[in-house]
Amino acid sequence: MITLNHYLVLATLLFSIGVFGVVTRRNVLIIFMSIELMLSSVNLVFLSFSRFLGQVDGQVFVLFVLVVAAAEAAVGLGIIVALFRNRQTVYVDEVKILRG
Amino acid sequence: MLQWVLQYISFETFVWMILAFPLFGAVVNGLRSLVAAVRKKETSHFVTILFGCGAPVLSFVVVATVFVVLLGFTSHSMVTGPLFQWALLDDLIIDIGLKIDPLSLVMASVITGVGSLIHIYSVGYMGHDKGFTRYFSYLNLFLFFMLVLVLADSLVFLFVGWEGVGLCSYLLIGFWFEDEEKAKAGKKAFVVNRIGDAGFLLGLFLIYVTLKSANLDLGGDFFNFDTLKGYAHVLIPVATPVCLLLFFGACGKSAQIPLYVWLPDAMAGPTPVSALIHAATMVTAGVYMVARLSFLYTLTPTAMSVVAIIGAATALFAATIGLLQNDIKKILAYSTISQLGYMFLALGVGAFHAAIFHLMTHAFFKALLFLGSGSVIHAMHGEQDIRKYGGLSKRMPITTWTFVIASLAIAGIFPLAGFFSKDAILWHTYNSNIILWGVGFAGAGLTAFYMFRLIGLTFFGESNMDEATLRKVHESPPSMAVPLLLLAVLSIAGGWIGIPEAMGGSDYFHHWLGEVLAYTPVHGSHTEELVLGGVSFLWAAHFAIIAWMIYSQKRDWPTRVVEKFRRLYWLIYNKYFVDEIYDVCVIRPIRNVSERFFWKISDAILIDGLLVHGTGRAVQFFGRILSAVQSGVVQLYLTLFLLGAVLLLWKILY
Repeated sequence: MITLNHYLVLATLLFSIGVFGVVTRRNVLIIFMSIELMLSSVNLVFLSFSRFLGQVDGQVFVLFVLVVAAAEAAVGLGIIVALFRNRQTVYVDEVKILRG
Repeated sequence: MLQWVLQYISFETFVWMILAFPLFGAVVNGLRSLVAAVRKKETSHFVTILFGCGAPVLSFVVVATVFVVLLGFTSHSMVTGPLFQWALLDDLIIDIGLKIDPLSLVMASVITGVGSLIHIYSVGYMGHDKGFTRYFSYLNLFLFFMLVLVLADSLVFLFVGWEGVGLCSYLLIGFWFEDEEKAKAGKKAFVVNRIGDAGFLLGLFLIYVTLKSANLDLGGDFFNFDTLKGYAHVLIPVATPVCLLLFFGACGKSAQIPLYVWLPDAMAGPTPVSALIHAATMVTAGVYMVARLSFLYTLTPTAMSVVAIIGAATALFAATIGLLQNDIKKILAYSTISQLGYMFLALGVGAFHAAIFHLMTHAFFKALLFLGSGSVIHAMHGEQDIRKYGGLSKRMPITTWTFVIASLAIAGIFPLAGFFSKDAILWHTYNSNIILWGVGFAGAGLTAFYMFRLIGLTFFGESNMDEATLRKVHESPPSMAVPLLLLAVLSIAGGWIGIPEAMGGSDYFHHWLGEVLAYTPVHGSHTEELVLGGVSFLWAAHFAIIAWMIYSQKRDWPTRVVEKFRRLYWLIYNKYFVDEIYDVCVIRPIRNVSERFFWKISDAILIDGLLVHGTGRAVQFFGRILSAVQSGVVQLYLTLFLLGAVLLLWKILY
């Protein structure tokens, strides 16, 4: 029997993997993918609770998140392309002009 | 005429006009001078003279009118209501108001009268100066502050005038400020006066504290002279320190030992300024102040003795220095210090009216002496060394004879003005303390000697100039000669209003001031007074004749006398090295402490280093630590953000 807890643990694991990726990887594309992973894990939580509570609100939310994520992916990839054009790199530690 | 004026304004307002005219003149000429300086244009002399000389003359007319009006009343005194309230605190109200009484009327008449003559004289003397308008602006401003000083109805308002005349004195001594020596002389006068003023202020504070702690219901008006007089008994415990502190202020303003050093240097200013400020009016402010507070001074024999001793000492001390000076204005400066000493001597022995009497006659003949010396300097194109004069009497008769009259007056020759006033002082001193009388008597002889030395060397005997220079010497223009003549008349007749009863007069001046000033009666008989007057007359006269003979006929005698007293000569010639002693004992220690401690340690290290730069460095230091966090690596930010989120979560959950 797969309970709510199983889903939540899986989502937490996915989220943690995403955070780990964002924090540790240098390649901005992989950071981007990790962010997508985090979003997906949150979607999973929404769906689980929607099912568990028998309400559709969570599913509506997921649809919204998906739409926003798609837009974000477009913008994000645009930024990455612009970054590469300007700096010829995709490694974030080489882009430190905000250093205090 | 007066009735017509009084249709439109009240009599109080009319009295305020005394102050309004000079202030107006000062403002107008000051603005004109400023505008001219900005536009780089010349100002019109005519307009300057119109305002500059019109103001004091009108002011004099008002004073004279008020004088005549008040003669018709029994009390001769009045106070104008407060013009406005200057300060209003919980327990202190200071009103700005004027007090007209016999004392302030005498002072105001002398100031505006002699002041007007000196203004007119300045037209001729300063005619070629490019600062003509500025000069008249300062001079009018001085007149305004001096009138504030003598007409003020409270000690605080008096202090306003006191500081104002100090400022004008500074401005006028340093009038030719391009010359560094002259600018320095102005600075010296200002600083020395400030030292005295510190004493004056402390005196004011002491009065305030004492009256405040007595919990009287004064209506808050602490410093009004009438209030002070009414509550003088409350001040008895502190009368001695208060009087000594105020006297210290008077020492600064009136050039008494130990603060007299600024006055000889003040001669750097234009000569009419020396006549008006440093002889006739401003330097007598201290005498006026003590006389005004005579009700306070009579409470404390100690302070009175100090005043008398300092006065007598200054009178003799300055007279000896005057004997050997060669600069015509310096001689007159030391003479002024010496005569001011006589006034303080009179104050100290309780003869307040004699001090004011001498103040008035001194204003006449000392102004005349200075204006006469100005006339000589003008004719000699700035030469001030009397050894380079000689035989000027034929070339400039008016100057010579008015100068001789003034010298006879200051020497105390009967029946000129100085005789009566000086005699009154010596007579009261004789009745009070025989030693002080001896000092004053010796000083009187020296006065006659140095004045006639000056006359002998300047106007008579062989000329020390070459023919060409002598031929170019000319009598001064009418604008300068007329004031000389008028002052000569005053120097002769000015003393006749105070002829003592012993000599068949009525001592009118004394009775006139009697209602204002405290008075210590004397016990000597009329015969004694007559004998004493005769003795001091002969004493002064024989010194005058000797000096005149030696310095106009036998000029090699002094050189031989000097040979015998080489050391004494050297000491006096260098003015007892007082300036040098002050330099070593006061100025240098202060300079050293200021430089080594207050500047290098306290200011540079403590304030600048530790506080100012220290604050900056501390902020910089912490800033550098914190800026390390802003590495520019986005992942680090994110890590910190996560850490924060986790901590927050932790806090919320547990």
